Amino acid sequence: MPKRTDIQSIMVIGSGPIVIGQACEFDYSGTQACRVLRAEGFRVILVNSNPATIMTDPEFADATYVEPITPDIIEKIIAKERPDALLPTLGGQTALNAAVALHESGVLTRYDVELIGANFDAIQAGENREKFKTIVAKVAEEHGLNAESARSVICHTMDECLAGAEKLGYPVVVRPSFTMGGAGSGFAHDEADLRRIAGAGLDASPTTEVLLEESILGWKEFELEVMRDRADNVVIVCSIENIDPMGVHTGDSVTVAPAMTLTDREYQNMRDVAIAVIREVGVDTGGCNIQFAVDPATGRMIVIEMNPRVSRSSALASKATGFPIAKIAAKLAVGYTLDEVPNDITKETPASFEPSLDYVVVKVPRFAFEKFAGADQTLTTHMKSVGEAMAIGRSFPEALQKALRSLEKKDSQFSWTGPVASKESLIARMRIPHDGRLRTIQQAIRAGATIEELHDATKVDPWFLDQLFLIHEVAESITEFDGPTLKRAKEHGFSDVQIGEILGLDEVRVRDLRHALGLRPVYNTVDTCAAEFAAKTPYLYSTYDEETEVPSGDRPKVIILGSGPNRIGQGIEFDYACVHASFELAAAGFETVMVNCNPETVSTDYDTSDRLYFEPLTLEDVLEVVHAEQATGPVAGVIVQLGGQTPLGLAQALKDAGVPVVGTPPESIHLAEERGAFGRVLAEAGLPAPRHGTALSVDEARTIAEEIGYPVLVRPSYVLGGAGMAIVYDDDTLTTYMGKAATDHPVLIDKFLDDAIEIDVDALYDGEELYLGGVMEHIEEAGIHSGDSACALPPITLGSFDIKRIRTATEAIARGVGVRGLLNVQYAMAANVLYVLEANPRASRTIPFVSKATAVPLAKAAARVMMGATIAGLREEGMLPASGDGGTLPMDSPIAVKEAVLPFDRFRGVDIVLGPEMRSTGEVMGVDAGFGSAYAKSQQAAYGGLPTKGRAFVSVANKDKRAMIFPVKALAELGFEILATEGTAEVLRRNGVHAKIVRKQSDGPGADGEPTIVRRILDGEVDLIVNTPFGSPGQSGPRLDGYEIRTAAVLRGIACITTVQGLAAAVQGIQHIVRGDVGVRSLQEHAQRLRG
Amino acid sequence: MTAILVLEDGRVFEGVPYGAVGETFGEMVFNTGMTGYQETLTDPSYHRQIVAMTAPHIGNTGVNDEDPESGRVWVAGYVVREPARVHSNWRANRSLDDYLREQGVVGIAMRGTRALTRHLRERGAMRAGIFSGDALPPVPDLVEKVRRSPEMTGADLAAEVATTEAYVVPAIGEKRFTVAAVDLGIKGMTPHRMAERGCEVHVLPATVTAEEILALDPDGVFFSNGPGDPGAADHAVAVLRGVLDAGKPFFGICFGNQILGRALGLGTYKLRYGHRGVNQPVQDRRTGKVEISAHNHGFAVDAPLDGPFDTPYGRAEVSHVNLNDDCVEGLRLLDRPVFSVQYHPEAAAGPHDAAYLFDEFCEVMGA
Repeated sequence: MPKRTDIQSIMVIGSGPIVIGQACEFDYSGTQACRVLRAEGFRVILVNSNPATIMTDPEFADATYVEPITPDIIEKIIAKERPDALLPTLGGQTALNAAVALHESGVLTRYDVELIGANFDAIQAGENREKFKTIVAKVAEEHGLNAESARSVICHTMDECLAGAEKLGYPVVVRPSFTMGGAGSGFAHDEADLRRIAGAGLDASPTTEVLLEESILGWKEFELEVMRDRADNVVIVCSIENIDPMGVHTGDSVTVAPAMTLTDREYQNMRDVAIAVIREVGVDTGGCNIQFAVDPATGRMIVIEMNPRVSRSSALASKATGFPIAKIAAKLAVGYTLDEVPNDITKETPASFEPSLDYVVVKVPRFAFEKFAGADQTLTTHMKSVGEAMAIGRSFPEALQKALRSLEKKDSQFSWTGPVASKESLIARMRIPHDGRLRTIQQAIRAGATIEELHDATKVDPWFLDQLFLIHEVAESITEFDGPTLKRAKEHGFSDVQIGEILGLDEVRVRDLRHALGLRPVYNTVDTCAAEFAAKTPYLYSTYDEETEVPSGDRPKVIILGSGPNRIGQGIEFDYACVHASFELAAAGFETVMVNCNPETVSTDYDTSDRLYFEPLTLEDVLEVVHAEQATGPVAGVIVQLGGQTPLGLAQALKDAGVPVVGTPPESIHLAEERGAFGRVLAEAGLPAPRHGTALSVDEARTIAEEIGYPVLVRPSYVLGGAGMAIVYDDDTLTTYMGKAATDHPVLIDKFLDDAIEIDVDALYDGEELYLGGVMEHIEEAGIHSGDSACALPPITLGSFDIKRIRTATEAIARGVGVRGLLNVQYAMAANVLYVLEANPRASRTIPFVSKATAVPLAKAAARVMMGATIAGLREEGMLPASGDGGTLPMDSPIAVKEAVLPFDRFRGVDIVLGPEMRSTGEVMGVDAGFGSAYAKSQQAAYGGLPTKGRAFVSVANKDKRAMIFPVKALAELGFEILATEGTAEVLRRNGVHAKIVRKQSDGPGADGEPTIVRRILDGEVDLIVNTPFGSPGQSGPRLDGYEIRTAAVLRGIACITTVQGLAAAVQGIQHIVRGDVGVRSLQEHAQRLRG
Repeated sequence: MTAILVLEDGRVFEGVPYGAVGETFGEMVFNTGMTGYQETLTDPSYHRQIVAMTAPHIGNTGVNDEDPESGRVWVAGYVVREPARVHSNWRANRSLDDYLREQGVVGIAMRGTRALTRHLRERGAMRAGIFSGDALPPVPDLVEKVRRSPEMTGADLAAEVATTEAYVVPAIGEKRFTVAAVDLGIKGMTPHRMAERGCEVHVLPATVTAEEILALDPDGVFFSNGPGDPGAADHAVAVLRGVLDAGKPFFGICFGNQILGRALGLGTYKLRYGHRGVNQPVQDRRTGKVEISAHNHGFAVDAPLDGPFDTPYGRAEVSHVNLNDDCVEGLRLLDRPVFSVQYHPEAAAGPHDAAYLFDEFCEVMGA
């Protein structure tokens, strides 16, 4: 069945900002879909609020709406664009939910928009647990398959509970019905537990009802990725096995593809069940995943759930197999069948097959608990990781060790040096799933644990445990430097660093010796077919095996180093820059080579570059790739400037090894990053910086602080995302901070500028000319990390004189440092003095936002400049505007607002106050004619929107009281009822705002049961919260009050503003919403307007 | 101790012994299945072949008593990359290593399984030998030994693997049909799939005659899979012609499909490196539907793909094709209940997508 001709235009919905559980894998899937649909001749209308995505680049759709993904806004876009169809299965749960809402509200019918790729009933059947249970039971019965749902009993009395638990067998899961956020749930291991938990549960449940469910904790966990076309052809793209058994979210588990511990009989049963379920659910076309739990003792199999859409696992499966699920899902949605779609990799065989792997793929999660003090670090069924790395090897040990080093995190790798804790303590520790549990197991092996002990503590399958023993035995055999030992170690994935550690040699020495032995990796192809057919698409991974398969090319090569696993502070924005460079340099005649290890990204799509190396971004792995490429032709340059701190950190070592690093030279990078050197650059240019010093000890720190005066901003040198950064107001706190800081790098101490306006600048410099990409004004005050701060472009309160000063300063820094390519500078404007806070000679997090807001592809231009083009030349080509730049936008140009999205709902118990350490996972952009509506849109996209009526609770620090009056008055005028704590209420009343006094949490309920503010928030009586923090963290009193208010706000999902500047912006936003002047405009229209 | 895999063109791979130690010869082939090593090892069609597994980790789930497809391991030799040191599965009762040793199967664990596969893909299937032990002769002598071993082309092997005595697999539940199944190397799952559908299956030796088959008065006749060159299986072709002359419904699998091809007057030829795996896309040309199917064949039928053709038994057509290489995967007579497929609807190992063919066989027997 060929392509449908009855539809001409298709709306695609993206997944919005990056949040935990929904990350850039949906940029990958959405980008693939948009490319496919346009190539098939459809008009594509895209909606996604996330500016950092590649899919929202204007060239991937005919009309790109960076607008909130809400039913009203989408309806406006539908009314304007009138698409024939809506494809909602490539934008995660966000897109699927939006589609359901549009269906239910009748919008789709009203505008005659057909849902393609999924149907409403299938979405419902996948989501509704009861319905799904029925489906599983039905297919098991009809097809005689081994499949069940977890057994459960509904109970209304304690006697029923006791009888139920007897029937199910302990432990049982207790879930009270209809309680908020799973309150009252728990595991009952025996009758005493059950009496306690179910007793409380029966009380807590408004219907006096609890559900008892059999526990499947510790069972083996598997997942299948399935595709179906409209002719009912079905293929299983990939099987995935979790090393962490049931109880840990798949996203937080270490996983392996293909499944390692299934016989064919069991695998085929699983496959039959998956196919039967998908047919029964009614997924018409596209990809979906289905999860299973298997009892290791009996083989009993439980079908956990299915998602009728592409997912994080489909991105992983696509990268693991070379089968592009999202791309093919898009083709199937427009009518093709699997046999009509060619397999891109072989070109000769069709997509209606199941990939066969002759390698092993391991995915490991990356966590960011260090950013969230107080968060519970136990891994549970609630996902907490912020990113992941994938690695490919010809054996499980090789793939696992490559994956662990891809995490680029201290202590992520196995280690055999240093003291080892006692076996008992390690075993006790591994009983609770945690980040790095495999390393805990490895250390326990060092301490003498047996497979049985480890299995008993973790339920990890003995086969995997034995593989860890194998790695351990190889490590133990490394006692001297000889060829066979070294070869065996490399075959088992040991890095030069690890071998060096064991032998007491440095990494470079190990590498030299290894090369002297002629021992280098070969590169094998990910070919979907285990070498049965020749592969045409060069998608490679390193392995210590027999033959290398690197093809030779005839064009000069550029190697682009990606940014590795997503983490807070280094995410999709850097992938965006790398992908842009690749596209642009390919167009400019280079052969582009991408190196990265993040399976969620567009950069690791084999379609993005001429060649993809799925490799860790360590010095060793990168040097080997460079060597392999140099062996087949000249390498014109290696780009380290676009992938964030990861590649930048390799720059000097690469250059020292003779690698042609292009762009800003490593020496210049050092000049910008090293305090003293950078200070001299600023001094020469006559630019002021806040007074500062560098300390290696507590005493030094105290002396400096005394000299420059509190408050001070302290941070370790060489960090990204403000890791370990704090604002310190007194000696005691400073002492504590220095005590905790790592001592291998010095600590930087800066005068903290209270009340300053912070400004972020992205610029491009070719050695002659400066192109000011964009000037962003932060909405929050200085001291809040730029990544967590909302900002506006063009700046809303800076005049042309200020911008001129900024331009001059930026140019002086670019020249002084020796930048060739991108430069990001952060300034603070205080008392009309422009201070330079820091400069980073690399692509910044804001590049995609600036590019979209100003309609100029900055990353592409930067890539060209790095390869020798000039800004003048690029202006001539039309890539950059013929005249002017991001600093000369017309006065009436639309305003773009970037807002950060924070993951506090995942980390209950963490204070949500913003600070100098970045904690956001993603961002959104709101763009509109004026600041108010642009800001309102950004809030709607990030947090579901600002309330336009109801109750506003206000409680602010003394220093904010003056600034609060005007905006709160405006809120009252808009019709909000104002609640306030006593001090704040007094100030408001004196200024003519009637504020009702509410009790603080620390006051407790009143004599007549008057509730505290926290109670009121929890009871849903408050619609907007304004709470700026005061008092020191960790203390009781006002600070704790604020903490409890903000925590309650997160629990109830209520808008909570923590800065007075944010409040002013919000009020403007609310005024615009109330007036109803929030329109929609595509980026293409936006660009036309900007570029005239 | 070392082990060495020697190909007839002189290419050599070094490794360590796996399973039994000694020497073995056979046709070198590769299998791309990621599951099902136990079924593969016990599939009689692999008789006189050395099988290399492209999936690196083999033996992880050990060996159980339920999954073998016959009473013994048939592969002549086994090549793997990462043999399991510990196996893990609730049904397993011994390790694969022990099982291979107990069955006397010489194997090798070596790094270059992908290089080997690429070599075979480019140069075609060829003879090979695995040699393991403490003191191996020099490589040129081993190559010479491999070159003196018998070739697969022209080999008539069915009699070597088939049962010598007829036996009956009883119907599961109510008996509906009697099937005469000629064992040319039959896998255990095949009569099981028929028995599940109410067939009483009389499994007959490869030496059986048409008269003996017809004497059973079966509702349908089945020819199984099996090893060797279909071009050399003249006896089976003659027997099938006798069956077709009698007008009996017929179903064939794999070797059985090649025998039907020859009985209809078509030729067979050797594929460069064959199809061995569980992921091959086969299209049913009547419905357009694609089945993911299990394959194990080195030979194929040469039949016109562009439409029906005449045969001594009436018009016939190619019913199924492999979408990877347009290889003939099924034949069907248009006016008689006679059909066969080149691949394995009984699966084991492999997907169950083609199980409907057993239903169709029952349908034509019931008509």
